[in-house]
Parts: sequence; C-alpha cells; structure tokens
Amino acid sequence: MTETPTPSERQATAAPLGDGAAVPPAIELRGICKAFGPVQANKDISIRVMPGTIHGIIGENGAGKSTLMSILYGFYKADAGEIVIHGKATPIPDSQAAIRAGIGMVFQHFKLVQNFTVLENVILGAEDGPWLRRSLARARTELKRLAAEYEIDVDPDARIEDLSVGHQQRVEILKALYRQADILILDEPTGVLTPAEADHLFRILAHLRRQGKTVLLITHKLREIMEITDTVSVMRRGEMTATVATAETSPRQLAELMVGRKVLLHVEKAPATPGREVLSVRGLSVTDAAGVARLKGIDLNVRAGEIVGIAGVAGNGQSELLEVLGGYAAATGEVLMNGTALDLSARADGRSRRRAGIAHVPEDRHREGLILDFAAWENVAFGYQDAPEYQKNALLMDNAAIVADTRGKIERFDVRPPDPFLPARGFSGGNQQKIVLAREIERNPDLLLIGQPTRGVDIGAIEFIHKRIVELRDAGKAVLLVSVELDEILSLSDRVIVMFDGRIMGERLTAETDERELGMLMAGMTETATGAQA
Amino acid sequence: MDLSTIYEILASALRMATPLLFACLAGLYSERAGVFDIGLEGKMLMAAMTSAAVAYLTGSAWIGLGAGIVASLIFAAIHGLASITFRGNQLISGVALNFVASGATILISQAMFGQGGRTPPLNGAARFHEMTLPFADALRPVPVLGPLYADVLSGNAILVYIALLCVPLSWWVLYRTRFGLRLRAVGENPESVDTAGVSVVRLRYGALMITGILCGFAGAYMSTALQAGFGREMTAGRGYIALAALIFAKWRPWYALWATLLFGLLQALALRPDVIQGALHLAIPGPALDAMPYILTVIVLAGFVGKAIPPRAGGQPYVKER
Repeated sequence: MTETPTPSERQATAAPLGDGAAVPPAIELRGICKAFGPVQANKDISIRVMPGTIHGIIGENGAGKSTLMSILYGFYKADAGEIVIHGKATPIPDSQAAIRAGIGMVFQHFKLVQNFTVLENVILGAEDGPWLRRSLARARTELKRLAAEYEIDVDPDARIEDLSVGHQQRVEILKALYRQADILILDEPTGVLTPAEADHLFRILAHLRRQGKTVLLITHKLREIMEITDTVSVMRRGEMTATVATAETSPRQLAELMVGRKVLLHVEKAPATPGREVLSVRGLSVTDAAGVARLKGIDLNVRAGEIVGIAGVAGNGQSELLEVLGGYAAATGEVLMNGTALDLSARADGRSRRRAGIAHVPEDRHREGLILDFAAWENVAFGYQDAPEYQKNALLMDNAAIVADTRGKIERFDVRPPDPFLPARGFSGGNQQKIVLAREIERNPDLLLIGQPTRGVDIGAIEFIHKRIVELRDAGKAVLLVSVELDEILSLSDRVIVMFDGRIMGERLTAETDERELGMLMAGMTETATGAQA
Repeated sequence: MDLSTIYEILASALRMATPLLFACLAGLYSERAGVFDIGLEGKMLMAAMTSAAVAYLTGSAWIGLGAGIVASLIFAAIHGLASITFRGNQLISGVALNFVASGATILISQAMFGQGGRTPPLNGAARFHEMTLPFADALRPVPVLGPLYADVLSGNAILVYIALLCVPLSWWVLYRTRFGLRLRAVGENPESVDTAGVSVVRLRYGALMITGILCGFAGAYMSTALQAGFGREMTAGRGYIALAALIFAKWRPWYALWATLLFGLLQALALRPDVIQGALHLAIPGPALDAMPYILTVIVLAGFVGKAIPPRAGGQPYVKER
C-alpha cells in the first residue's frame, strides 16, 4: 500500500537536517548513552522525529534499537543524554512518566493479561477511579470510537487468550490510544504476524499518521522501512550511523549501513577442494507455534572439504535452519546426512544427530552451548557423556578422564585461564567459545554446524577460531557456517548462500561475489528487481 | 441419628471452617498477586499466641485480636521483604517463617507465663463469646431453615460472621475494584502492570498485608474464640489445609467458602466417630477423615474435577527485563 503522506514528506526532509522548523519535533533525543556492564548498548544517540510522521529505526539484532526504545519508555534509565518531547525537556524515569508524556509502546512480546478481557486489559493502569464499573463503561464507548476512527476492530469482551496474535497486537495499540498516546513506538511489530496481518497493521499505522500521530517503527526488515516510513535511522553496534529520508535512500544503501563495512579480517586459506556431498537438504520447511512460516522450502547441500556460509539479516530463518539440523526443532522436507535421511520429527534430538556425524556449535552459547554455572570439565562432557572413554564402568563415569581430556583441550585450544574446574561463567566470551568448539571439533564430525562463531568474541580469539574452522575443512570435513557478520562469511566461506524471509535468495561462490551483491540479496532483492530499482 | 445431631455437626463444621476460611482468603490475596505463601500456618500460629497473650494481659479480646493482626503482619512483611524485595524463593521463605513461628510461639509464651508454652486460660471479656443473632428464637419453629438459622448460624462468635462477610467482600474487591483488577493482573502477568505504569512491588506488598490481616483473624479466632487460650502448635496444619482449600476453590472467593465448609465438615466429623459409626455402621478412623482434604485436593490437582489453573506468574519474583 502506498499512502501519500503530503504533510509528512515535507517534514521528512526537515527532520534529519533539523534546520529551524517552526513545529518542534515530536521526539528529540540528545546524546543518549547506556551501558550494561562493559557493553555499550547505546553510544551518544541523537535523533529528531517530526510529528505526524512514521520514523523507522533499523538495525540488526543487538544493535541497540530495543534498548533505545526502552529508555524512551522509561524501562531503562539512560546514563547520559536528554529526551525532549514536543520541544519540552521531559525526563522519563519510569513508564508512568512516558505515558504522561503521551508515549505508548507496543512491545515485541505483548504485555497483556491472557485471561482478562480486552476491556480489562485496556483500562488496566488507566482506570477512572477506584471502582471498575465506570471505567469499563467509558472504555467501551471509547473503543467503539477508536474502532471507527482507526479501523481497529476488536471485540471488547473477548478474552485475550482466545484472540489471534494480530488481534492481540491491536489490543496493545488500543491500550496506547486509550491512554491518549500521540507517540506510538512499535518494536518489531511484524515478527509474529502473518503477511495479511502485517498489511492490516500498516493500514492502521497509515491511519494513525493521517490523524497526526507520530509512529516509531523498530524493525530489521528493509521492506517494511521502504513501505511505510517517512524517515529512517540506522543503528549499528549501539551507534546511530545515519538518519535519512526514506524517499532519498534505497534498500541497498540501508543494507550497507546496517551491516557496515569494516576492514576484512583476512583468513589464510587455500582454495577448497570439495569432495562428496555430506549434507543434502531438500524442501525444508518450518512453521512455528504461532503458525508463521519460518522456513519456506530450503534446498542446499554441503560437500566434504568446503565451508558454506549462510548470510542474511538476523531473523530470516537461519536460526531455525540450525535448530532443525541440530535436532531440536521439527520440520518437514528431507535432509540426507551421508546419504541417510535424518529424523525431522519432534522426536529427533541432538544425540541422534551426533551419532549421524553432526557436531553443532550453537548460536547462543550461553543458552544452548554451555551451562554457565558448571565447571569447564563438566561442560566438555555435555552431549558426549556416553562416550566410552568417559566411563569407569557400567555405572560410574570416569571424572578423572574427563578432567584429563579437558586439560588437553584447554592446551590445544589455548583456553585461558587453563583451569578445568572454573565455572564456564568465569571465562571470557572467546574462551567460552573455544571450550564449545574444542568439545565439538575434537569428536571429528563429518559436518560442523556453527552459528555466530565469533559473536561477543575478542579479536585474538576470532583469528584462532577461524583458523580452526579452516583446518577442519582442510581435513576434509563439511562446515555449515551461519553468521550475521558479512565480513566473517566472506572471509571464511567457499560458497555463500543468502537467506531472506525463510527462503534462499541466491547462492554465490565467494570468489565471484562481493559485499554489495550480497547486501542486495540480504535485502531481499534479486538482480531483476535491482534493474527495476536502478 | 436424629436431626439435632445433624445440626450439632453442622454448627461444629461452621466453627471448624472459620479459621480455614480466613486463612484460605488470606492465601487467595497473596497467590492472586503472584506470591505463594506457604507461611499461612506460621502467621496463624503467631497471631494465635499473640492475641491470647495480649487478651490475657489486657482482658480484652479485641485488643488481643489487634495484637494478633500486628504479629501476623510482621511475618507477612518479612515474607514480602524476602520474596518481593530480595526476590528470594517464596516457598523457602514461607517454610522458614513457619519454623520460626513454631519455635517462637512456644518460647515466648513459656518465657511470659511459664506454663509449658501455653497461655493462661482466657475468660470473660478476654474471649470472643457466642452471640445470638436477632430473631433466632422466633424463627426456630420454621422447619429446616429455622433450626439452621437458630442453632447453626446463630450462636457463634462475631469472628465467624466476619469471616463469612469476607467472602462477598473479597469477591467485590477482586472483581469490582481497581485494586482487584490490578491484583489479578499482577499475578497473571506482572509485566503488563509494570508497563501500564503501576508498581508491581507496591501491589504485591499490598496483597501480602491483606494476607497478614486475614491470618491474624484466623489465629485470633483459634485461641480467643474457638478455644480459650493458646496451646503449642494449636493451628495443627490448618494453614496447609487452607492452601489445599485454595486450590480446591480454584483461587475464587465463593468457591473458597464452599471448599472450607466442606473441609470443616470433615474435621467436625473426625471429632465425632460415634456419629459416623451410628450412621454408616462402619468405623472410619478419625485420621482418615483428617486426610480427606489432602486427598480431595490431589484429586482436583490431577484434573478430575475441572482444571485448577493457578495464577500464571505465581511463585516467580518479578525481574524487569527487555
């Protein structure tokens, strides 16, 4: 849908430049900083959003978008910086203050009481007095008015648990409007929606804009930014890298700004000599619990002695692919490992995958790779606790053998500090990753699945980890690498597959492609579409 | 078995149900707010001892009641501090408080009165006495309802009527007031309350305070109305039976009334083995009847009589996250 935002387009160009507009911006953030421990989630963020516009904030997962919005909604307190609402400096210490300032927020995970009715959820915290009767009556008439004004139709007496996800989201929007919000923040609103529901949401947003509301749309989907926003800011690693008018930018430029272009880390490696096919995936599809298709018919193969990199903006199905191959998510389709079909039902597990020759270094090592409170030696045994060399007899495990093995791994992988008894929590990110990597690689798997191998890992360890992955390839093993870091994909893989929206957008030999081309594919544009755009 | 025995047993059931009802409603407020309180027993015990001691010293049952409520509130506040403010484990905090109460009540009453952990017997104004409801005698001749009113409902301590009044009152508070709406919300999804700009911590403390007050009533009833003085461990697991009744009642006030009346009836029957033997020509041992509330609760939990769904956020300390 292409709304023609007559007033907003004029303001859109004014917003990023900020040259003395008569109307003060609806939202102005000045120098917002926020750190969580050593991690700088927001670095000196400044932004201006004019009233009656839809402003997009785009960036990869972990870029700091949600943190910034949580600060604006009073969930977090900024370490430094100033919030100005409609030209007035407005400190926002808590959500109550945000609501008073006319800010409403629709969180990615809805904040609704499941067994309450729509009406009860709408008035919660915004009641008209100690007795409910009057509040409920007023909310009922008010919802009728809002339904007519914004095309947001929800049965006020329905229980939340009986509503579809799309309807639940509309309740969240109604909640904000009922509280007289004139600034609405939506955090990744389409992540849980079907395409039809997403279209309806955008129609509602267009309505809101027409009524003079200001909308902040947080997303990592370029299509949405191009479709609905007037201006867009790009965030990367906690910094706001650019703010531009949507009409004056292109998906390609945004993709570049999002992914960034830093110096390529050079990895020494000889040309690959791929051998037989190790992994073959045909028509792999996954639908999540909410009924949203996450993988839509994936076909790919990985051969012995090559590294295949899966590139893509986070959230386009890469995680689901790893989960299915790792054995902890169900899927339909066919996966052959060394010619044998893998069990894709919900009964599959990591153990059967390991037996089939698949090792897995998961994307989220804190949640899936390690038990942080357990010692390094215990973590080394996880998943391989049945290995014969770890058993003393039929009943008891040989802890001494595991510790000895851990000492060996610590030495070979240069884990610091070299203490097998230290809890996993006590190691730095890079050393934690080395422990996981040592556990998986040294089992000599035919196929290594590795997700975000260097996320939260320091430069020195990155180099080491990359070298190990290449060594594994040179030993004739197959490697499937998933990373949102394009540099990493380019420097490690022999072949690159780009995923977008649960599909494979394209496949390139690393030697024959570049960042620009991959960026386009990551943005969901094929060559033909490129031609049309240019 | 004649009718008068039935009325006698019903009257006894009502008396036995009263502390259960107070405690059950007490648990209802805290659990609806998302705080499990296994320490109902301890709070009742503290209140029973304190109100008996103070009633003896002042000669006023009402002052005793007030003191019992204060003692129970202190325990509720400690539970709140441990489980809300410091986000400790709610079950452990509750169990710990039960142990403290069990020891402290005996220790204090022994230190004060030197009667083996009991308080001296109460009489006169230091006790809540039976009161006759208006028109009791006039209505007695009405068949069935008359004796029910005159011999079962009438002739109880005022605390019994307060307990019964707490049922509609709690229903009204829970479902018709802003506080009740927020209370139910915070037990289901505290994030929804937090993002609506309402303090989760304050709400939960508020709920625990009500729990403390109601447990105070329950304890005071035990030692200054049902009996005439405090005896060691006199609550005898009623706090746990009340929790069982709460599950049986699916966390709803009116159901809580029926559940506690049923459990009270079982306790009353356990006291009268002769009646059961006379009626059924079968000797059911008292302990078997005492165990019935727990057995019934297990049956309910197993899902045989509809599903008992606890408040969703129950037992989890609230930690703000993205």
